[in-house]
Amino acid sequence: MRKSVIFKGKLLPLLLMLPQLVITSIFFFWPAGQAIWSSLLREDAFGLNRNFVGLENFAEVIADPTWRGAAENTVLFAFSVAILALAAALLLAVQADKAIRGSELYKTLLIWPYAVAPAIAAVLWLFLFHPQIGLIGRALNAAQVAWDYRLNGGQAMLLVIIASAWKQVSYNFIFFLAGLQSIPKAVLEAASIDGARPVRRFWTIVFPLLSPTSFFLLTVNLVYAFFDTFGVIHALTQGGPAKATETLIYKVYVDGVENLNLGASAAQSVILMLIVVAVTAVQFRFIERKVHY
Amino acid sequence: MLRRTLAKGAFALTTAGIVTGRQAIAQGAPVDIQFWHGLTQPLGGMLEQIAADFNNSQQRYRVNATYRGSYAETMVAAIAAFRANNAPNIVQMFEVGTATMMAATRATKPLWELLQQTGVNINFDDVLPAVRGYYSLPDGRMASMPFNSSTAVAFYNKDMFRKADLDPEAFPKTWPAVADAARKLKAAGIATPMTTSWPTWLMVEQFSAIHDLPLATKGNGFGGLDAELTINNPLMVRHMQNLIDWQKEGLFRYGGRDNAADGLLPSGECAFTFASSGTRARILKEAKFDWGTAMLPYYDDVPKAPLNSIIGGASLWSMNKGSGVGRSEAEWRGVAEFFAWLAKPDVAAKWHTDTGYLPLTRSGYEQVKASGFYKQNVGADVPIEQILRGGGVLTENSRGIRLGGFPEIRNIIQEEMERAFQGQQDAKALLENATRRGNVVLRNFERANRT
Amino acid sequence: MAESLTKERGVAGDFTLRASRARQRRGHWMTHGVLLLGVVIFALPIWITLVGSTHDVNTIGRGEVPLWFGNHAVQNYIAAWTRGGEAVRNTRAVPAGTMLWNSAVMATLIAVGKIAISLLSAYAVVFFSFPGRMAFFWMIFITLMLPVEVRIIPTFQVVVDLHLTDSMAGLVIPVIASATATLLFRQFFLTIPDEYVEAAKIDGAGPLRFFWDVVLPLSRTNIAALFVILFIYGWNQYLWPLLIITDTRLETIVVGLSKMIGRGDAQNEWNAIMATAILALLPPVAVVVLMQRWFVKGLTETEK
Repeated sequence: MRKSVIFKGKLLPLLLMLPQLVITSIFFFWPAGQAIWSSLLREDAFGLNRNFVGLENFAEVIADPTWRGAAENTVLFAFSVAILALAAALLLAVQADKAIRGSELYKTLLIWPYAVAPAIAAVLWLFLFHPQIGLIGRALNAAQVAWDYRLNGGQAMLLVIIASAWKQVSYNFIFFLAGLQSIPKAVLEAASIDGARPVRRFWTIVFPLLSPTSFFLLTVNLVYAFFDTFGVIHALTQGGPAKATETLIYKVYVDGVENLNLGASAAQSVILMLIVVAVTAVQFRFIERKVHY
Repeated sequence: MLRRTLAKGAFALTTAGIVTGRQAIAQGAPVDIQFWHGLTQPLGGMLEQIAADFNNSQQRYRVNATYRGSYAETMVAAIAAFRANNAPNIVQMFEVGTATMMAATRATKPLWELLQQTGVNINFDDVLPAVRGYYSLPDGRMASMPFNSSTAVAFYNKDMFRKADLDPEAFPKTWPAVADAARKLKAAGIATPMTTSWPTWLMVEQFSAIHDLPLATKGNGFGGLDAELTINNPLMVRHMQNLIDWQKEGLFRYGGRDNAADGLLPSGECAFTFASSGTRARILKEAKFDWGTAMLPYYDDVPKAPLNSIIGGASLWSMNKGSGVGRSEAEWRGVAEFFAWLAKPDVAAKWHTDTGYLPLTRSGYEQVKASGFYKQNVGADVPIEQILRGGGVLTENSRGIRLGGFPEIRNIIQEEMERAFQGQQDAKALLENATRRGNVVLRNFERANRT
Repeated sequence: MAESLTKERGVAGDFTLRASRARQRRGHWMTHGVLLLGVVIFALPIWITLVGSTHDVNTIGRGEVPLWFGNHAVQNYIAAWTRGGEAVRNTRAVPAGTMLWNSAVMATLIAVGKIAISLLSAYAVVFFSFPGRMAFFWMIFITLMLPVEVRIIPTFQVVVDLHLTDSMAGLVIPVIASATATLLFRQFFLTIPDEYVEAAKIDGAGPLRFFWDVVLPLSRTNIAALFVILFIYGWNQYLWPLLIITDTRLETIVVGLSKMIGRGDAQNEWNAIMATAILALLPPVAVVVLMQRWFVKGLTETEK
């Protein structure tokens, strides 16, 4: 799409685009290409011995039980975070949409966690759940629940899910609220006159009208859980204990940076790239469709 | 006339320039030697002081020692720099990275070759056997420069021992006795008396060396890249199962990977622990109770036990600048002379007494002993005694470990231990899984480094 | 509306009305309840951290979780700011003051950088026609699909090759390569009426004058909204600074904070760590709260 009235000139626009193109080429396309090339090689850490091995790295990665484990962890983690963050945000947005006293204050108080970095959110929740110094951690241990997320894989997963979802609720809240406020009042009033109780109104009218927003948020939340939560995991559990919280993106880091297994790490990167492209493509198609109603 | 004067003047200036230039080159701006290390404060500061002393002692070379992150981070940085044709002259590499550095024949220059090339002489005959063995080739030539070596010892809370009616001067010598002591301590009110730092280093690597058990074929990997893990042996299974059972019994507490458990003794949560000898400095500062150092326990029904323990820590490697990018003779010589400086008896002795790392040479040890240092610092000689245990003669199994991808293998073993401690598997399964997964890493390393 | 219901439905309507009013009141209490619960759950971690940062290290280390402020606030914050903690033995400690400065510079440069190059690119794509226009646009759009985490190692190698590690440039430049701002500006520029452009042409203004005099002022709200979003994005960078910075003088606060929680290096100075966490939160939260209206508007409009 383009405007019908434009300026003449061929050199100027190229110059204007140059900074972004240059940076994108050097720091995006070049490394992305390197990642793809690297995934087809088997080399030692120093790059002195390089052998082209085709798709062997990919075959090994997919057959590797720890990769499959990381994939399972990622799916569990991503959907848990998304569902938890969406449900909580929807509930809060519905309540905040009602015209009550202090709704502006509530909104501010519920929006600020967006500013908190995932890694910091993790640290804050660590202060709460640490077995020795955390309020909730100590309470759990005192209540005979053996709570130590550094030793128990399930507990570690629970903690990273909570810390990640907590931070994401604000983002979802903003969008749900905007979505709710854009539902024409007339539709809701008509339903109310027809005698529909609030709960019924919600599920039959509001929820369907929110579905484009919900779908958009679902994809954003999933992508967030896939990638931005690296900080949460690195700060809290480093993928442990015993790989219980190792997600696909964390494994790319461990295999590449800690284990210096560059071919495998690159192959995993490429697989992740394909997943994100697929998810984004689906989202884009859907949003395009939405524009037409 | 003017033109001729100008020309003469120009000629004079140029000649003068050439002369002073040549003089400058001859006198030499000092050659810069980049040294990347992974020691945090205060050790890093002490290291940098040694470099400064070297710089002050001569004019030809300037060693620039900089902290590059943890050992693992320093390794990544050095590798990336090499790929960018900008590697440092010297890099400090942890002991488990020895195999990787050795296999990278075009990236690193072995020490023996460096010394031969530059004509600098360092005598390694007197170096403590376990230290020398870890960093040398099978035929005795040195691959890297030993610098900061530690070993593992037991630290224990004497006050708690007294409370439990145990002799505070006699830490139990065998594992069964350790378990008994732990039971008495538990009965005296200490919730979980025993823990360990560096679970793999202590309970697998040191354990195998002390009991003359092979950790891998080919002499623990010294003999070739085609080594395979042999940790799945009866004694190792027995010891792992003991640890699992002791944890269930409440005697042993898994404190986390690497040095996460270092704080459990000083804080009073545990009565004794097994840790790096370097932890001594921390315990000195933080412990508010009477404590002692002892040698690692063993199973006395094993014929050769107890042999020497192996070292941990790091050594210094000299690196090429990049693949196919050479260095000047002056740079190599500077590195060699710096290494010679580190081996000087007084420098090595001060490094040992200041930091708690092992003294480089036997004579250094004797010198420090004669000065009465160990009388004032009780227990500081335990690590050395332990390194020399078994007569100071190394076997193939107590020489050290040279396996590729070993950091990853350590994590694999730690992961399997964590699963066992969570009750998901027993010792046999633990070692089977660890062996299987570890061998995959070894085969990958072999394939990647086959020239 | 309530009156009309009563008028129409009479006595029965009156009864329904009171029932629905009662339901409304219950609803109100429930609403407040839910919202308050939400606010508390959000605030709880912050509260505990804030309170903890005002106590001394032994209180927390012992496991007493204070629920109200202690009296060590000033010394904790000063110690965290200037030294990264009181105990010299803390081997990884970097002064929070340094880290906050680094993060602030980095976040500001990233936000400004992204906005600047995106404005220029979007302007070029929308207001001109030149060969390769759409191809370049798609090139930029693709970057949306691949966050830096997926190409870290090769990007790291590129940065090493360019000698940009341990530098502010290395922290900032690779991260401004992405496309969200360009897309947003493009969307917005497409809505600028053609008449403005025609008027500018009639006035004899060239494209650059049009940009400076008309487009930029019109884009003010969008720029403000984007600034908030991108500042937060820049401030919260984790994996990238983790990889390329080893010089502690350039440590950013988000990464530095996570490194303070030692894995056994030294006994954790929880009170200093908590103080640093609060310091790490304050600037981005302040930016969001102060610029809330623009920020919300900007976020919801980026979606389209």
